[in-house]
Amino acid sequence: MSLNPLEHKGVPIERQKFTWRELAGPTYSKTDIDAFTRVRVILMNGIESEALRFSHACARMNRALQLPLARVRRIEQHQQTLVNWLNPGDQSVLETTIGFEQVAIEVTASVAQNEPDPYMAAVYRFGMLEDFDHLYRYAALMDRVEGKDANTIVQSYSDIRPGRPTEIEHRAPDDDLREPYDKAKADPLTKLNALTIMAAEHQTHDYYMNVGPTFTDPVARQLYAEIASIEEQHVTQYESTIDPSESWLEKWLLHETGEVYNYWCCAEQESHPRIKQVWERFLDYELGQLHYVMDLMKQIERRDPAELLPAKLPKPIRFESQRDFVRETLRQELEVSARGTQLVPRHEEGKGSIAYRNQLNSEGVPSNIVAEGYRWSPGTELNGRPAVMEAKP
Amino acid sequence: MSKKPTDLGHNRSGIATSPLEAKRAIEGASEGVPDDTVSQEAAALENMRLDYSRKAEPLGSIPPPATVKGKAKTAMHLLKGERPTVFIDMLGARLGFERTGVRLYEALLVKLEASHSKTGGPTRAELEKIRDDELRHFHMLEGIMEKLGADPTALTPSANTQALSSEGIVKVLAEPGTTLTQALQAILTVELADNDAWDMLVDLAEELGHKDMVEQFEQALLDEEEHLQQVRGWLRQALHAQAAGSSAQAEMHNL
Repeated sequence: MSLNPLEHKGVPIERQKFTWRELAGPTYSKTDIDAFTRVRVILMNGIESEALRFSHACARMNRALQLPLARVRRIEQHQQTLVNWLNPGDQSVLETTIGFEQVAIEVTASVAQNEPDPYMAAVYRFGMLEDFDHLYRYAALMDRVEGKDANTIVQSYSDIRPGRPTEIEHRAPDDDLREPYDKAKADPLTKLNALTIMAAEHQTHDYYMNVGPTFTDPVARQLYAEIASIEEQHVTQYESTIDPSESWLEKWLLHETGEVYNYWCCAEQESHPRIKQVWERFLDYELGQLHYVMDLMKQIERRDPAELLPAKLPKPIRFESQRDFVRETLRQELEVSARGTQLVPRHEEGKGSIAYRNQLNSEGVPSNIVAEGYRWSPGTELNGRPAVMEAKP
Repeated sequence: MSKKPTDLGHNRSGIATSPLEAKRAIEGASEGVPDDTVSQEAAALENMRLDYSRKAEPLGSIPPPATVKGKAKTAMHLLKGERPTVFIDMLGARLGFERTGVRLYEALLVKLEASHSKTGGPTRAELEKIRDDELRHFHMLEGIMEKLGADPTALTPSANTQALSSEGIVKVLAEPGTTLTQALQAILTVELADNDAWDMLVDLAEELGHKDMVEQFEQALLDEEEHLQQVRGWLRQALHAQAAGSSAQAEMHNL
């Protein structure tokens, strides 16, 4: 059931409170939850981490907004903590990484299908096929370095197979920017989608940058370095799709609306009772934050925020396997690349990107090295390796 | 009655969770990587590891002697063998292991307190005794290292890699969701490793002619052998009792 964010005022920010005990509450079970619960936890951590990132950037540029931003940001800090701390300590960094890539595949695929603007939808499909390849490379790493099956995390919802090879995803910055939507004409869902995917990719980038050096294996260290670089490209791509002429307050308002939308999507589809309560509670918190920012907009910009917001929340992100859509995209768009802000057939790629990539790849390509000849198989590829029988005397 | 990790539940990590999705996932993987390109050799990965390994610097080193003036001579005299640093490294490793051991047993005491089953497993006093043994061993090694002019607060290379190996064990003990039995399984690996390590230290001390130390190390080894037997026993009892279905049954069979 949809929700009108203008009518529902949620919990006023003065009443949004936490304790340390709540922030570090019980975790989920990595083996027993549905993979899409993990997907939602990872996504919402990304949404909250973007809330903080934006809020700090905004504060640095707007003295008058510093206090209201600080008030809301402190709540968001604790929301992010509570959400991120749902991840259990027995989930390894690599297992969490597999979860991150599942988010990038399944959420982006759903967003691509919901997206009303065809150019933006193509951009999402473009990025999705690249993240799809990352899942395969990390699965190979997990299998070949740790002897573990990545499907224990993705639970058969996502295919583990090559996408657009990571090796050729490396492009010069000149080919990473996209055209922004027009704030006056864009559908509200277009704006929310752009924020959601940018947030998810940004946290993925930051996560890989933090955890990459925690590995001892040189192949793992190189692979994280390589994929983190693609995530940096993705952040560059997605942030450029957002109209830079939106005012700071307009951007803040959209961030809060996006947070309302994402928590609402999660709350509507969550199967885990305790975690559903988290989404519902934070949906109410976000509504309170949204109305706080709406009031600020009225006071400071003398604008009616209702003109910028949808009367009801748009079509939700579908937290379910997008296998058929992903496969179809793989069939149709594997050979797509980018030139300037446009997506083009691979043979039309710019020389700059080719030179850039050749340089980076000149001493070997970790994503190829780790996955050379790799095919995922239930229970790891060792399942297919015959046991060596003891030699008879 | 609270849930146990051995209860049937909703574990979704296996391929059998969703036969339909699994079939499609397998088909997708096969379609994505044609038969003639599949290889389990992972030779490129091995080559990269080899290349890095050949060029890698060691993770650390033995710190220079930390003796104050006047003691340096004694220390030099005491350090025997061509490469006394090997002995220092082993002492440092044991010291670190025993020190962590104290913390592991403290965590195990919490597990015991939180555990539902009070039958057959360790008593508080038994665990406290082991904890105290570990602490005593730690102090003994501290004294020996000081006597040899080595800094017992330094993290020697072997102490470092041993701690790296133990990271998972510390996590298992600290995780609120693990049971006493699971914690004992983790502790078993500690005790097994510790037994062999003390045995080797006795050997090394003998070889280097540190007679005074051999005696102390042999006593530590005896303590550790006892710990190992106890942990094995508790674990065996716990598993038998759980497999039999109840602690009452375990008691009945005097397991």
